[in-house]
Amino acid sequence: MSGGLARFRGRNNEGVLAVVLLLLVVGMSVANPAFFSLSTGFSILRGSIVPLVFALGVLLVIISGGIDVSFAAIAVFAAYTTVKVAGSTALPLGVLGAFGLALVIGALLGLVNGLVIARFRLPTLIVTLGTQGIFKGVLLTYVGARFIADLPDSMAGLSTTNLLTIGSGQGRAQLHVLVLPAIALAVLLAWMLRRTMFGRSIYAIGGDQEAARRAGIRVMRTQVWVFALVGMMAAAGGMFHMIMGRSANPQDLVGGELDIIAAVVLGGASIFGGRGSVLGTVLGVLLVQVINNSLILVGVPSAWQRTAVGVLLIVGVGVQALAARRSARKVHANVIDQQEVAA
Amino acid sequence: MTTPPSPRESVPVLQVRDIVKTYGGVTALNGVSLDLFPGEVLCLAGENGCGKSTLIKIISGVEKPDSGEIIVDGVAHPAMQPADAIKSGIQVIYQDFSLFPNLTVAENIVLTSAVADRRRLYSPAGSRPAAQAIVDELGLDLDLDADVDSLSVADKQLTAICRALVSDARVIVMDEPTTALTHTEVERLFALVQRLRDRGVALVFVSHKLDEVLQVSQRVTVLRSGRHVITADAATLDPRSVARHMTGRDVDDSRSVGLVPVEGPPVLEVVDLSLTGAYEGISFTLRRGEVLGVTGLLGSGRTEIAESLFGVLPAERGTVRVDGQEVRLHTIRDAVRAGIGYVPEDRLSQGLFMDRSIADNMIAGSLDAHRTRWRTVDRAGTRTTIRGLFDRLRIKAPNVAAPVRSLSGGNAQRVVLAKWLATKPKVLMLNGPTVGVDVGSKEEILAILRAEAAAGMGVIVISDDAPELVASCHRVLVIRQGRLAHTLEGEGISVDTIRERVAA
Repeated sequence: MSGGLARFRGRNNEGVLAVVLLLLVVGMSVANPAFFSLSTGFSILRGSIVPLVFALGVLLVIISGGIDVSFAAIAVFAAYTTVKVAGSTALPLGVLGAFGLALVIGALLGLVNGLVIARFRLPTLIVTLGTQGIFKGVLLTYVGARFIADLPDSMAGLSTTNLLTIGSGQGRAQLHVLVLPAIALAVLLAWMLRRTMFGRSIYAIGGDQEAARRAGIRVMRTQVWVFALVGMMAAAGGMFHMIMGRSANPQDLVGGELDIIAAVVLGGASIFGGRGSVLGTVLGVLLVQVINNSLILVGVPSAWQRTAVGVLLIVGVGVQALAARRSARKVHANVIDQQEVAA
Repeated sequence: MTTPPSPRESVPVLQVRDIVKTYGGVTALNGVSLDLFPGEVLCLAGENGCGKSTLIKIISGVEKPDSGEIIVDGVAHPAMQPADAIKSGIQVIYQDFSLFPNLTVAENIVLTSAVADRRRLYSPAGSRPAAQAIVDELGLDLDLDADVDSLSVADKQLTAICRALVSDARVIVMDEPTTALTHTEVERLFALVQRLRDRGVALVFVSHKLDEVLQVSQRVTVLRSGRHVITADAATLDPRSVARHMTGRDVDDSRSVGLVPVEGPPVLEVVDLSLTGAYEGISFTLRRGEVLGVTGLLGSGRTEIAESLFGVLPAERGTVRVDGQEVRLHTIRDAVRAGIGYVPEDRLSQGLFMDRSIADNMIAGSLDAHRTRWRTVDRAGTRTTIRGLFDRLRIKAPNVAAPVRSLSGGNAQRVVLAKWLATKPKVLMLNGPTVGVDVGSKEEILAILRAEAAAGMGVIVISDDAPELVASCHRVLVIRQGRLAHTLEGEGISVDTIRERVAA
């Protein structure tokens, strides 16, 4: 493979993913010209906001070599509790206050995950599977199980705020204001993963935890921080979800975790840790959203959307695994070549 | 070899004082002390489980001693953290290298020192020149942008060495640096060690290969059962005396097989075996009672031949006969049914259930042979087999219920051996049977193999440890670039001829 092509392809096949996304968009536009419009584009972006925020959190955990299936429970716990508190007349919170409260709750719940995992060295899947149930149970028992149909005024205002409105009437395209924090988060996270020692430590721990310990990286502290950050991101995602849905449902989100994890893995992150990028995750989330959107437009029943994502996931991961195996064989052949030269 | 000014005139760069470390009730280190001077190579020798690894972990700050202290340049560190150790110039090259497979060579080289400096930000562009400088200084050919998991073992080792040097290391500890390297690569490593000494770096070298150890080091410290036995000039020692200090008894590594070729009937006949890209036209005969050595460089095809005979990597052409009967070896089941057993190179991942007991591991391969008429496990029969092998192989463990993870390397290897002996194979192939096993256990394992052969089995030992081949093999096949290059027999088998033929 030439250098330019290798660079385009990216360390986690981001280039390949971008090409697939592009082909899908072109194909769908040909099949149904109604697909290729600003309003579809904006609606895909709007639909990507919440999955992206969740996916970025999941990306962090996956790179560090773990998995988190409790983020949806944290999201709904933090957001529903905040809506409930903000809605009670006793404590009027502004938008910022509401987000602050949600982030604190998210961080605390994430900290529970992180402390249990790092302190007792337990498998992340088992711990988060357990806390998922605990968080949801505590929410329904102690906070509330009732569907809240209207948000407090401060949050409701945000529900209808658009960043851009182009055109009018039927062809009106609206870009929701919450894409801004989602994009900001993606950029910030990309910088953190690439340019800070904290970010590099996450990769190092995901690559080889014992080696990271021997290199002087404080593995426990880093893990705890990762889970706290994921909790905060989940809380933010939960708030976005409720604001855009203009209601707070304590039964929401939990159950959709695997779709998010699928998007992250589709975006090139290795489920074994150590590999993954923000760009790949963004592309993975967009790809899933485009599929969901476009299949409806071309008249495929929505039940097939999950199938399509499932097939794509297995094909995508399968192709990567085969490529890795081929390059491993190449290394083996090179070793023999070198020795033949030496001999 | 030029010798730097006598180390005794200078001040020690590292002093280890009365280190005591216990795990649970077991004392791993009992008051161990040593001094390390700039520009010297100190060899740390001892059997598996003597406390070497624990001592290294304490020096590098990964483990905390119960009492005692580490003094670096006159500054005492009672409780050192890994980052402190790196900061004060102590670098450890672990046996498994402890590299990050998912990061590039350049980042692997600079990351630990960045951690030790407690930096907050990381600059990929800024770290490259530092990595490049060290690679150039050592005159290496390493692709800085390659991911470490795409490298060969030797290049991984070089990356680990570069990482140790980038942060101005003054003490480098190398834990078994040569196990994964071929003879030529070992020579290159020793040249590098010499250059490091000239820079005033002090090295601690841990290896089971005693002739190597004595070649490279100036002083030798021997540990036994967590205690310091002796520290002496390397010039005053030979492999035999070091082995005696390590084990506390005399170890016999001389040639102890009959010089005359074995005249038993052929048990395994291989004719013109070929597999494209691995080996070509391999023919040989193994007789009952014979120990046949197979050697060659890493990647020469020696492992692939064994894997083909075991059905893991089926051959494309050629015939194999066991006891005169032609057999088809397309799967592992075929091989086991034909009476061929194989102890793989990496016994920890391929040969053992680490968390199960010694007993379970021993009969894991021969359950079919231990069943009653109703196809349930024959408890009495398995007990007899397990007891018999446990005693015959002299496995050192409290009882057969102990998990294999708790055993030392030499004892774990005996369990693998026991598993195969329980299947009563006609041919037993062993790949690197004594890699990572100390001299005492090594001698015993080789003695067991000779005894099993004498009892009528055909044994194939694949190894690049020349002294081991000399000690135990009737004949030695040298594989070079996938072809059978030489067959050494009788008087023709010596450490020098083997090394010469392998590298030629």
